[in-house]
Amino acid sequence: MIDKLSWVTIYPEIVLLVMACIIALVDLSDTSPRRTRTYILTLLTLAAVAVLTGLAAVGGKTSYGFGGMVVSDSMGNWLKCFASLALMVTLVYGRPYAADREMLRGGELFTISMLALLGMFVMIGGSNFLLIYLGLELLTLSSYALVALRRDNAVASEAAMKYFVLGAMASGFLLYGLSMMYGATGSLDLNEVFKAISTGKVNHQVLVFGLVFIVAGLAFKVGAAPFHMWVPDVYQGAPTAVTLLIGAAPELAAFGIIIRLLVDGLQPLAIDWQQMLAVLAIASLVVGNLAAIAQSNLKRMLAYSTIAQMGFMLLGLVAGSDQQGTQNAQAAYSASMFYVITYVLTTLASFGIILLLAREGFESEEITDLAGLNQRSPLYAGVMAIAMFSLAGLPPLVGFYAKLAVLQALIASGAAIYIGLAVFAVIMSLIGAFYYLRVVKVMYFDAPVTATTVSASFDVRTVLTINGALILILGVLPGGLMTLCYDAIAATLAH
Amino acid sequence: MGLLSLAIWVPIAFGAALLAFGRDEHAKGVRWVALVGAIVSFLVTVPLFMRFQNGTAAMQFVEKTSWISRFNVNYHLGIDGMSLWLVLLTSFITVVVVISAWEVITERVNQYMGAFLILSGFMIGVFSALDGILFYVFFEATLIPMYLIIGIWGGPNKIYAAFKFFLYTLLGSLLMLVALIFLYNKSGGSFDILSWHKLPLGSTAQTFLFFAFFAAFAVKVPMWPVHTWLPDVHVEAPTGGSAVLAAVMLKLGAYGFLRFSMPIAPDASHEWAWLMIALSLIAVIYVGLVALVQQDMKKLVAYSSVAHMGFVTLGFFIFNELGVSGGIVQMIAHGFVSGAMFLGIGVLYDRVHSRQIADYGGVVNTMPKFAAFALLFAMANCGLPGTAGFVGEWMVILGAVKANFWIGLGAATALIFGAAYTLWMYKRVYLGPVANDHVKELKDINAREFLMLSLLAIAVLWMGLYPKPFTDAMDASVVELLRHVAISKLPV
Repeated sequence: MIDKLSWVTIYPEIVLLVMACIIALVDLSDTSPRRTRTYILTLLTLAAVAVLTGLAAVGGKTSYGFGGMVVSDSMGNWLKCFASLALMVTLVYGRPYAADREMLRGGELFTISMLALLGMFVMIGGSNFLLIYLGLELLTLSSYALVALRRDNAVASEAAMKYFVLGAMASGFLLYGLSMMYGATGSLDLNEVFKAISTGKVNHQVLVFGLVFIVAGLAFKVGAAPFHMWVPDVYQGAPTAVTLLIGAAPELAAFGIIIRLLVDGLQPLAIDWQQMLAVLAIASLVVGNLAAIAQSNLKRMLAYSTIAQMGFMLLGLVAGSDQQGTQNAQAAYSASMFYVITYVLTTLASFGIILLLAREGFESEEITDLAGLNQRSPLYAGVMAIAMFSLAGLPPLVGFYAKLAVLQALIASGAAIYIGLAVFAVIMSLIGAFYYLRVVKVMYFDAPVTATTVSASFDVRTVLTINGALILILGVLPGGLMTLCYDAIAATLAH
Repeated sequence: MGLLSLAIWVPIAFGAALLAFGRDEHAKGVRWVALVGAIVSFLVTVPLFMRFQNGTAAMQFVEKTSWISRFNVNYHLGIDGMSLWLVLLTSFITVVVVISAWEVITERVNQYMGAFLILSGFMIGVFSALDGILFYVFFEATLIPMYLIIGIWGGPNKIYAAFKFFLYTLLGSLLMLVALIFLYNKSGGSFDILSWHKLPLGSTAQTFLFFAFFAAFAVKVPMWPVHTWLPDVHVEAPTGGSAVLAAVMLKLGAYGFLRFSMPIAPDASHEWAWLMIALSLIAVIYVGLVALVQQDMKKLVAYSSVAHMGFVTLGFFIFNELGVSGGIVQMIAHGFVSGAMFLGIGVLYDRVHSRQIADYGGVVNTMPKFAAFALLFAMANCGLPGTAGFVGEWMVILGAVKANFWIGLGAATALIFGAAYTLWMYKRVYLGPVANDHVKELKDINAREFLMLSLLAIAVLWMGLYPKPFTDAMDASVVELLRHVAISKLPV
């Protein structure tokens, strides 16, 4: 179903790009310190895009456009929809923080974050090496700019520098790997590459060599150990609003690109890349969980927790072994997808609380800054506790089902080594529970440092409450989202 | 909504409402709402007992609806004779705990009461879940309120205790999760616990499952040598927390052995029974001796709990009817008695703020009414005939002697140690002349405490004098369980 110029497939992207330009213009006339007009316009745009992609996802049809350059399928549209929502929530949480730090003065925050989202959309919707790479670069370049948004802040500038250097290297890796794939298969189109590799006539050594670079590049982007070094520094150094921006929605896009590249394009090499991912996953679980224990900085701790969580997510991709048939692969990949979505939901809540507590000149970055939050505000302490217990994988919170789905995928493969992997993951998440619990401990058991109650504007309070409630509600009724992921992955694998 | 659903969700709904709307300014109202919630939850469970059909091993009050269709997980509830009394025990203890906290807890009352009500709902959920994931969700969820209860209202070393409690029990249950998923795959995609009972399994698989379940349940019971978290936690936990922990939470582990380990891996259970019996005997004898030298009353009762729970697991793994029923009876009895012991210590602690035995002496002179209750519970703890403590211990010993004389003899020594440490503590705390000024100024229990202790006293005496309803209800289920365990599941 490839027609030459199918604008319909990139409808949301067009809306996003046009609106980003319009918002940049509108912002010129909006001089209020909190940028209310720009803010509302941005939220409305994101909501519209979320609805557009959501509707497309419900339709569930897969269509290609631009000569097979872009693909619009159920999985991609859901990821886009959730990424838009995640960005919306990010901006709601981040605006007061950014306004307090005069980060809204130029109005770049909204425009650039929308461009970053556009980058994510292109990544998710690309069916061609070139396009995927373009999307990735749009996202990362926007991210570098966002991290450096506080020019006068030495920590943020340093973080931006590190991010840029390491990010550029990762992009280089990826590009090198992609070009080797092109050299071996003679095509940039994912479907063509897939076909070429399936024939088995391509030099396997070249393929695997290219694959190593691609996987390394991807590992950099998702922050999997041992390519994780930038994550703690950037998480800690970036202004918290930006940390959330690069830590939430882009994870969805990173998952999307992994599926596109490794599953859509390089599925015939699954045996090779799954081994690599397994090593990355194990390393991430170990490094993330052990290093997180030692952190006293909350943002840094959450950065290591991200590494560990991404390790768990990778295990889902490892589990989808092809020999067991597509049924198994569907279950495994959809487990990973569910994992990413719920992880983003939880990350939004936890950073939302940090942003809420961060007042002018006080970053609320240390774990001890949360001391006695329960006495100051039971509601926000509750939301944070729910987020922490969910990250630790405790029922009845949604994080439990994410871990359950991944473990199930691992054990379903039946191989003893995978069961061993599951047991290992379980023990690592026990270690993880320790540092999540410590946050709860500080909030509930320690005496508060200040007695001031926490106040938040109406929009932040509402969204934060809904965010926390969703972690719990999806924990009680996870079935819908699980089925959604399963069907979306099934549709992607089918073509 | 079925009765079991009501039993689970009524306390949770009350608890959630307290968390959401309760304020310390309205502490009085909060207490009353909590009490009403606890009483309503208890009344909801009473019809379970009234309408329970004796003489059948089938699950009763069954409810089943699809929950997570993707994994074929069902909201599947049902109880048999083994779980009936545990459900009632849970809702009963919650009422007592709410009364016990009445004037004692003055800060964040809504969170305290809310946590206990929610915990009660979760625990009833564990006892009535017939779906593996549903069971696991409730089993794990109990950790969250208990962690907060210990950490917020606990003693000076509460944080250490809260972490120890949480991480110890979490490790066990995570391995159980792996086992549950393994069974799901083995059974071709079902989390139905009852269908797992019929699943043929090879001996490697059974051994793996047995030890995965063992990790979860032995820590929870707790069996020697993984019992070390219990004394720490008991010492630090607030009175209500200790009472619920000893009275109900430890039973989650013992119940797991009955529902999972024994029927799902019967061959492995037989093969490893010697280990279970050995560990149980060590708990009974060695931990009993450890209890003897304790200076802290709570620690003493905590060690006595480990010893008493050793009886329970011993009863289960000698695989005869007397043993298994005795174990279950002992679970219920220990629920009443240990709950009462901890609440009694709480009564003293509220007045003197010490749990050291040495700080007391001659309490009977100033608190005669309380001392009378304490004597009754102490007697029940030693297993005096006519009290709840006797029935279960006697059945287990009888069952053990039937299986092997020496095991029976070992178990029987527990009666001696139990009597020794309990009576010795009673003598040092209550009898003799008034020891110091603190004791001289003690006021006897008020109407609230009297009510709380009488409720437990009635339960202890009722069970001691007329245990027939308890054993009648569980009889058929126990026979069915043993029939299951006797059949090998190894593929021929």
